[in-house]
Amino acid sequence: MRNVVVDGADAAIAGLRDGAIVMVGGFGGAGLPRRLIRAVLDAGVRDLTVISNNAGSGGMDLSAWFEAKIVRKIVCSYPRSAVAFGEQYRAGQVELELVPQGTLVERIRAGGAGLGGFLSPVGVGTEFEVGKRLIEVGGRNYLLEVPLKADFALLRGRASDTLGNIVYNKTARNHQAVMATAAETVVVEVGQIVEPGALDPESIVTPCIFVDRVFVPESA
Amino acid sequence: MKPLSRENLARLVASSLPAGAFVNLGIGVPTLVADYLPQDLGVMLHSENGILNLGPKPEPGLEDYDLINAGKSPITINPGGAFFDSSMAFAMMRGGHIDVAVLGAFEVSCQGDLANWSTGRSDGSPPAIGGAIDLAVGARQIWVMMEHVTKSGAPRLVERCSLPLTAVGVVRRVFTNYCVLSVSPSGFVVDAIKEGLSLDALQAITAAPLCLADKWCVIRDDGQIQG
Repeated sequence: MRNVVVDGADAAIAGLRDGAIVMVGGFGGAGLPRRLIRAVLDAGVRDLTVISNNAGSGGMDLSAWFEAKIVRKIVCSYPRSAVAFGEQYRAGQVELELVPQGTLVERIRAGGAGLGGFLSPVGVGTEFEVGKRLIEVGGRNYLLEVPLKADFALLRGRASDTLGNIVYNKTARNHQAVMATAAETVVVEVGQIVEPGALDPESIVTPCIFVDRVFVPESA
Repeated sequence: MKPLSRENLARLVASSLPAGAFVNLGIGVPTLVADYLPQDLGVMLHSENGILNLGPKPEPGLEDYDLINAGKSPITINPGGAFFDSSMAFAMMRGGHIDVAVLGAFEVSCQGDLANWSTGRSDGSPPAIGGAIDLAVGARQIWVMMEHVTKSGAPRLVERCSLPLTAVGVVRRVFTNYCVLSVSPSGFVVDAIKEGLSLDALQAITAAPLCLADKWCVIRDDGQIQG
């Protein structure tokens, strides 16, 4: 029977190499996979492209990756209060692709759903339209937004079963449910792992088909 | 004549929301509106990080950092509330399911253009946009809540925005510490004006032409509308 439980964070990120594209779930601190973030740091990989809503605000979040200078580029919507990122950005050491939050999550959704992109009215008439194709549909202007995919998605759930079905905790669900669909290897750190059947099928947010590895951090 | 305090401006916006509306409050000053919603109004708050029917701030010591609003502050969820992922949260916005979004702004033009994401300063700091632009395009009505002038006294209500735009022609109403305006095809219309302030005095701190609504009202110090 399928069993995606792995032994700890280091095993969970096995195969994550220099130059990888990595999605990181969480909105602010809610749902941030802090143990996985530390494991990536410990693994010594570098030159990462990161896709996440924020760019860290201190402590064991993405700011630790910027302090260690292992990020080449970040695709995000709100890199505010991100001291370490801000310093590297001003020094020209890291590339930023700033994406409106709803467009960011929908680009990830498109990536995971096998779509070639989507048309969004967000950004028309602003500097966010620069470099994008403008397409008129039904008399309204839209921008062509292209999909985002990743090598790894690092996520945080409330619980998983051994098959990899995931439930999240309150607003910690945020971008994670969509990121789980859009990466080659999807890794979820969870508070608890239960037997198949223990999670109500009606409540499962991320079905196991999307999930490759789950583990419970040693501290949890 | 004193301008409205932030709290009384929040009270004014709260009492102006339509009963039963689905409302998103932007990060910053608009968040204050939540504290003044009349109980019987039945407004349901939405936050783009994936929650509908937000409740008030938790009691000290009961904060849950997996239960936060878009400003990343701990909140609660009311009975009948729901959690969902960000993709659905933004479908609610872009799809026109949010009745009113109350946003802060740096500038609003008399055509309803909104500038609220960048101060345009080129000090090398990284830009940040978040969900403001998605809200500005998707909500059925955009209300702006802001101080009428900048700290240095420059008008924020202008003929043409000088700062980078968030969205074009989207603002429906503006609530400031001096007045309530509607954005009409012919420009700003004053629906309500702070008690003791003349239209000429208001015009002097506004960089676009104002006209007075046929049925205009007076705003009292406490943020209540009079007659």
